[in-house]
Amino acid sequence: MVSQGTTSTSGAASSTPAAEQSPDAAVVERGRPPLGERVREGLERSWRPVAMLLACVAAWWAITAAKLVEPYLVPSPGATLDLMVEKWGYIWHHSWVTTYETVVGFLLAAVIGIAAAVVMVYSATIERTLYPILLFAQVIPKIAVAPLFVVWLGFGVTPKIFVAVLIAFFPVVIAMVTGLKSVDPEMLQLSATMGAGPWQTFAKIRFPASLPHLFSGLKVAVTLAVTGAVVGEFVGANEGLGYVIQQANGNLDTPMLFAALLVMSALGVVLFVLIELAERLVLPWHASRRGDAVTTTY
Amino acid sequence: MRIMSKAETAADRARGGASEHAVELDGVAVRFRTRKRDVTALAEVSLDVPVGEFVAIVGPSGCGKSTLLKLVSGLLKPSSGTVRLHGETVTGPRHDIGFVFQRAALLEWRSAKRNILLQAEMRKMPAEQARRRTAELMEMTGLTGFEDAYPHELSGGMQQRVALCRALLHEPPVLLMDEPFGALDALTREQLNVELNRIWRETRTTVLLVTHSVAEAAYLANRVVVMTSRPGRIAEVIDVNLPPERDYATTVADPEFARVTARIRELLGAGAAAD
Repeated sequence: MVSQGTTSTSGAASSTPAAEQSPDAAVVERGRPPLGERVREGLERSWRPVAMLLACVAAWWAITAAKLVEPYLVPSPGATLDLMVEKWGYIWHHSWVTTYETVVGFLLAAVIGIAAAVVMVYSATIERTLYPILLFAQVIPKIAVAPLFVVWLGFGVTPKIFVAVLIAFFPVVIAMVTGLKSVDPEMLQLSATMGAGPWQTFAKIRFPASLPHLFSGLKVAVTLAVTGAVVGEFVGANEGLGYVIQQANGNLDTPMLFAALLVMSALGVVLFVLIELAERLVLPWHASRRGDAVTTTY
Repeated sequence: MRIMSKAETAADRARGGASEHAVELDGVAVRFRTRKRDVTALAEVSLDVPVGEFVAIVGPSGCGKSTLLKLVSGLLKPSSGTVRLHGETVTGPRHDIGFVFQRAALLEWRSAKRNILLQAEMRKMPAEQARRRTAELMEMTGLTGFEDAYPHELSGGMQQRVALCRALLHEPPVLLMDEPFGALDALTREQLNVELNRIWRETRTTVLLVTHSVAEAAYLANRVVVMTSRPGRIAEVIDVNLPPERDYATTVADPEFARVTARIRELLGAGAAAD
């Protein structure tokens, strides 16, 4: 009934005599499996997505090598890579600008979104008052308001950050409100009988319980923040990947267009992965549970 | 409850000094209004529970059993009548009780031990005392060795044991249990019944246990309150003349056990509370 198979080194809470005494001792093995096993598991899990990516690049290469399309429409992977190496200073500079706008925009969106959600959950009046504004801010096409921000805030990074915030904070609010409301009502009643004040209940029960929802909101938000920053740059900028794309488009420089697109998607992926790592660090209890239910057969 | 004269509060206080009753319900009724009609969840219930007694409350679904516990804990206010805890009128959530729900309601990001310690943190109990008491309780409930296990790593029975430890940590004079073993399998349930009997004898806590199980009520309680539904009211209070220490096999074979269970079933009507 206790751990079988693996030779656990840590967390071996399950092999004490009490486990045998306890009639319904059904503790799941908590020790980490050995390194070799973990590496094998990691490979098993990651070879499919890697293979898929390689297949896509191969297909891209095959299409260009067979000259199915003109090189000025779709450059070959080799040509794109050459260009990236040749102009890495230029690409690096503009990527950095976009990264900065994205990260600052995302962080602001997270802070504003979390604060708004907390206020809305604790006051029905504020929720009713704020909701229409939130919804309005969400449904309005960001590309349409971006020019206004440029008029108001100039050509620098500020209007781009604004667009990123505007686009990214809605998923944070929605996720956080759902999270804060998902708390077991019995848990809150229990807290009341423990003599806990509202702050204690929030800090020890409500907030931690909302974190899984918050993190899924943050993951959506961070990818949207990239879009926001680039949209801001499209409208009026002399820096950033959006600007690079505009320039390359004007010059029919498709290798540069492709290079910018690749960097942009890499940026989104990296930020997404960073949030996911943070989630695993902050919520080990949640990640391990979710692991059990990755696939369902019913 | 709406109007409380000074004389009444003074009487409460006077009674508090001499009261032998842990819980007193005095003509308590709960009514609420839905869109279409007024519903009486509980109609004029009066009940006194002496200190140290184990009272089981049985009845069909919707008879207001759980409502009764919410009233005693102060989580719910009665529409009329008075609820007193140790002679003191209950006006809001009480902190001198322990509450166990049907679901363990554990925080999944906390280990078993830290879930129990939540009670201490909220009450700002001295850390050393809380740690010692937690260790004692975990040993008493057979949880030793599972201190660092997380709720999802524990079986339903173990989770409920953790919830019980949490409810007992601050040594509450009154323990309220709302179908605590309702979601467990029959064997685990019997086991926990035996443990609860022992814990009750050791702690001398007054216990109010709401249950669907006729056998559980008769095995554990000094008195069984049988309720009927629509509107919820007390049909009868049955005294259980069995010794406090109850061996499971001997008790269920006892003629008194048979008499009590038969009477409960009779009151509830055939099949109304089959378990």
